[in-house]
Amino acid sequence: MLVSEPTEITEQSVATAVDGALFAISEVANAADLKAVRSAHTGESSPLARLNGMLRDVPNDQKAALGKLVGQARGRVNAAFAAREAEVLVAEENARLESESIDVTAVGSRWRAGARHPLSLLMEQMSDTFIGMGWEIAEGPELENEWFNFDAMNFDEDHPARAMQDTFFIDPVDSHLVLRTHTSPVQIRSLLDRPLPVYVVAPGRVFRTDELDATHTPVFHQIEGLAIDKGLTMAHLRGTLEHLARAMFGEDAQIRLRPNYFPFTEPSAEMDVWQPHAKGGARWVEWGGCGMVNTNILRAAGIDPDVYQGFAFGMGIERTLQFRNDMNDMRDMVEGDVRFSQQFGMVV
Amino acid sequence: MRLPVSWLREFVTLPDDVTAEQLLADFVRVGFEEEDIHTFGVSGPVVVGQVLEFTPEPQTNGKTINWCQVDVGGQGEERDIRGIVCGAHNFVVGDKVVVSLPGAILPGPFPIAARKTYGHVSDGMIASARELGLGEEHDGILRLATLGLDPAVGTDASALLGLDDFAVEINVTPDRGYAFSIRGAARELSHSTGASYRDPAESPALDRYARNPSAGPAAEFPVAIDDRAPIRGNVGAFAFTTRVVRNVDPTLPTPPWMVSRLALAGIRSISLIVDITNYVMWELGQPIHGYDLDKVVGGLVVRRAAPGEKLVTLDNQTRTLDPEDLVIADDSGAIGLAGVMGGAATEIGSTTHNVLVEAGNFDPTSVARTARRHKLPSEASKRYERGVDPLVTEPASARVVQLLVELAGGTADELGSSWLAAKLPSAIELPDGFVSRLIGVDYSDAEIIDSLELIGARVEAGAGELIVTPPSWRPDLTDRATLVEEVARIIGYDRIPAVLPVAPPGRGLTRSQRLRRSVSNALAAAGTTEVLSYPFLSRKQIDEFSDGQAIALANPLDAEAPFLRKSLLPGLLEIARRNLSRGLTDLALFEVGVVFLPEDGVTYGSGPLPVGDARPSDSKLAELNGGIPPQPWHVAAVFTGDAVAKQPGLGAVPAGIADALSAVDQVAAALAVDVRVARGVHPSLHPGRTAELWVGDRSVGFAGELLPVLAHELDLPRVVAVVELDLDVLIELGRVDASATPINTMPAATQDLSLVVGSDVPAADVLASVIAGAGELLESAVLVDDYRGSGLGEHEKSLTFALRFRAPDRTLTAAEATDSKKAAAALAASRNGATVRE
Repeated sequence: MLVSEPTEITEQSVATAVDGALFAISEVANAADLKAVRSAHTGESSPLARLNGMLRDVPNDQKAALGKLVGQARGRVNAAFAAREAEVLVAEENARLESESIDVTAVGSRWRAGARHPLSLLMEQMSDTFIGMGWEIAEGPELENEWFNFDAMNFDEDHPARAMQDTFFIDPVDSHLVLRTHTSPVQIRSLLDRPLPVYVVAPGRVFRTDELDATHTPVFHQIEGLAIDKGLTMAHLRGTLEHLARAMFGEDAQIRLRPNYFPFTEPSAEMDVWQPHAKGGARWVEWGGCGMVNTNILRAAGIDPDVYQGFAFGMGIERTLQFRNDMNDMRDMVEGDVRFSQQFGMVV
Repeated sequence: MRLPVSWLREFVTLPDDVTAEQLLADFVRVGFEEEDIHTFGVSGPVVVGQVLEFTPEPQTNGKTINWCQVDVGGQGEERDIRGIVCGAHNFVVGDKVVVSLPGAILPGPFPIAARKTYGHVSDGMIASARELGLGEEHDGILRLATLGLDPAVGTDASALLGLDDFAVEINVTPDRGYAFSIRGAARELSHSTGASYRDPAESPALDRYARNPSAGPAAEFPVAIDDRAPIRGNVGAFAFTTRVVRNVDPTLPTPPWMVSRLALAGIRSISLIVDITNYVMWELGQPIHGYDLDKVVGGLVVRRAAPGEKLVTLDNQTRTLDPEDLVIADDSGAIGLAGVMGGAATEIGSTTHNVLVEAGNFDPTSVARTARRHKLPSEASKRYERGVDPLVTEPASARVVQLLVELAGGTADELGSSWLAAKLPSAIELPDGFVSRLIGVDYSDAEIIDSLELIGARVEAGAGELIVTPPSWRPDLTDRATLVEEVARIIGYDRIPAVLPVAPPGRGLTRSQRLRRSVSNALAAAGTTEVLSYPFLSRKQIDEFSDGQAIALANPLDAEAPFLRKSLLPGLLEIARRNLSRGLTDLALFEVGVVFLPEDGVTYGSGPLPVGDARPSDSKLAELNGGIPPQPWHVAAVFTGDAVAKQPGLGAVPAGIADALSAVDQVAAALAVDVRVARGVHPSLHPGRTAELWVGDRSVGFAGELLPVLAHELDLPRVVAVVELDLDVLIELGRVDASATPINTMPAATQDLSLVVGSDVPAADVLASVIAGAGELLESAVLVDDYRGSGLGEHEKSLTFALRFRAPDRTLTAAEATDSKKAAAALAASRNGATVRE
């Protein structure tokens, strides 16, 4: 850039310096230009700086006028520079943003899809319904003593369920250890261990000697409920089941009870649930067993059946998942194919 | 239990047009679930025909077929004679047979049409018994004369043979043995519908055939009950009736109505005498055994088997008896397993003329054990195990006598005997208001009394209670709650309202329950998929991930996998392999579950179980609980394939031990526990890529990569990272009460420190020195680089730590930070032989 060297402070020389600077500023296109212009027209060796330096040598009576002339000129140039600088920086940033643009639809995910198992989620959801009612979650061992699994639950020593074809026995058989065949032993454990009244549910894994096929699995899950208090009736049983059914299947769900037999309840009932939003239309579905706790069980726990009475119920988690979520093949639930859990993700 | 409708109709009034669906719905209401509907599957024109003539025609395939002219009805001009091809040869001209005409459908379904065969148009088919669904007989066509029938030509054969009947099948719960009979089921149907009921055990027709108790001792068939080893205090026989019928004709056919009812009931017709015994069992629920009287030596004794005693049962198996088995014996020895199966030596056969009829009532426990011991479940044992009416032996044997006389041409003999020592159901006190108190419905007294009387109970009024005596066929009615169920059931469960009980305030999930959920949710949120594996493992799988003894099943499904898991990893690896075999290669799996950890040298289990219905003593309960092996919760995860998938601008990040250790961080964060990583040694893990995990001085698990040779053996890729942690211990050691540290807002100073150490020095050790050496101004130290290569010795590495310093009360100077860093380097130098890399 050609910059004429001023030799003395005149209106002419100041105007020339200002014009030169303003022209140079107007020509600035990028950060490099800015730097050059800054040094050439506002820096120590710029014409205006040099004119400013000459103020020392002017006579005192002209100092004020010439000082003002030079000062105003520098002000104009600096303001013009600052304005241009801002424009250039914005333009540069815009250009950079433009250059950084990508196809957001082609951005990969560094997250691997994880999932809970729907059976676990269902057990938690059912448990939470009871937690909300003030009940607690009770647990017991999967490998049980026979007494808790059978005798205390009013299974006679000759009951067919105690035959080898249904129950996994631990070797040696006379150790009286079995893999629990239902979550019911948690009932007697709760009655033995907890202060009355008792309101608990027991979700968990149970075992029976069924080969795996589309409708059976040797390892499956149940949730068991037990309420022992003064004055509990079968109407309370129905009310509790209806509450659970509504939590699981919607406000229109209903419970139907049919007479049945279980060693641990008397009277006993099979429960059906009216599933209002079933795929293919509302329907009754068999859901589980229930009844008023057999007085023999209360006695086995040292509870006076003339004072306390109550109800128990139980249902299969696999079965619930099957009809609630419209599944056909039991094998999908147990094989561990990741696609099965992942279709549910974190919500069942 | 299958119930032919024509049979039910004999004892309970049913609408003429009642459907199977209606009947099943009626049964469900009183507690019998529907199982199935059975029909013969015969429809369309199936008529009686008469063979007018036939011509045998040899065929090129070696067979000879008969070209028959068969009269199927009509008179004069209308006379309908069909040409039919028939492959059977067991008939003669003039035989009346069953002809299915075109348009008919036989079981199969097998539609009949006029079709060309063997050079003729066969205008229908002459049916065998099997083709009609009446049994297995298929050696020739069914000749009606063999059934004693001579119907008019053109008669509807469906109705004639009972093929238009159908059966409903219901599920009978174990407490309702009485419903394993037409008698009991018809009674229940009447409870459900209110229709009138006639008890077949009280049929007046039986009076003529009843045993004559006044006939005197000469008419007594010698029977002795001699049980010297009762089971649980019960003599094996509760009741025992015998009758004799002589001169039956064993060649007579079973009438078609009986064959069709038995067929619908699922019982194959064998011979008239055997069919009659089965028929009466089905009708009255009383198992009947018939002996060929001429093969019985002397009288009968009901006793326990002698040790080593042998018996050839009806299925021609020689069985070695157990001293607990109850047998029927004659002077020659055991001739039957009481209530389970008869013996071959006295079997009814085609030469039997004199029949000894036995109707016994045996101890349910004894029968159940014998049936189980000899793997001989039978229709008889099924009924005995659930309880048979002890008062029905006499009516049932009279019914057998009636049928043997009326259908088999026999003569009722005076000889017989009856013995009864059954405990009949005792009276139960039912306090006023008890039913309503248990059910939550205000039943009236009349409703309660009517319901109980309806099921056959005798009800008397007591003081503030009812005295209820259940009928003889209801051994299940043992206490007042069982009576409550009957009232509620007969009136209907639909009367029970829904009332929500109010529980006392609860405390929510326990800490352990809450944290187990947190762990599962943390792992899933971090991209790991929860699976639930079976706990059954082989010896090899057990040994790969644990040592010491393992619990074994006595009756595993797979004899190769009898052990209960001590580690979750074998199950997870099996699931990983299954996913891989389905083309799913990038896997991150986890399971939260219990493992079974017996301690070495401890014998688990308990002594004899508590008996009786009282609470066991605390010491007995302690013994039961103490004999149960520890079953802690574990969490484990498996990673293989890519941890981050290849994507635009980013290469794949393969899974490895980093994923396993990240899972440890996720678990630790979920539990608020500090887990320390140290080098570890594990027989199934890569020797250079195994970490043992510690909380304080407690080892809590392992992480690492599988030994490649093991991975190969398991059909897995070379790199499989695994981790398993003892969740119970982690929860126990987790932070319970957090006290917050105030946040320091003074400016920080950051510096990097590079230290050269031997390549085998664990970074964690150097980091520990840095932290200890830097002093309290150090706020954080993170390993950011591990460099090996030029500028370093062959066995050296350079570890770079990013250090952040901060003082609580002032702005740090660079010099202060540098002094701290130097102190850190100095301690690393003395402890780890580190030198500062400039």
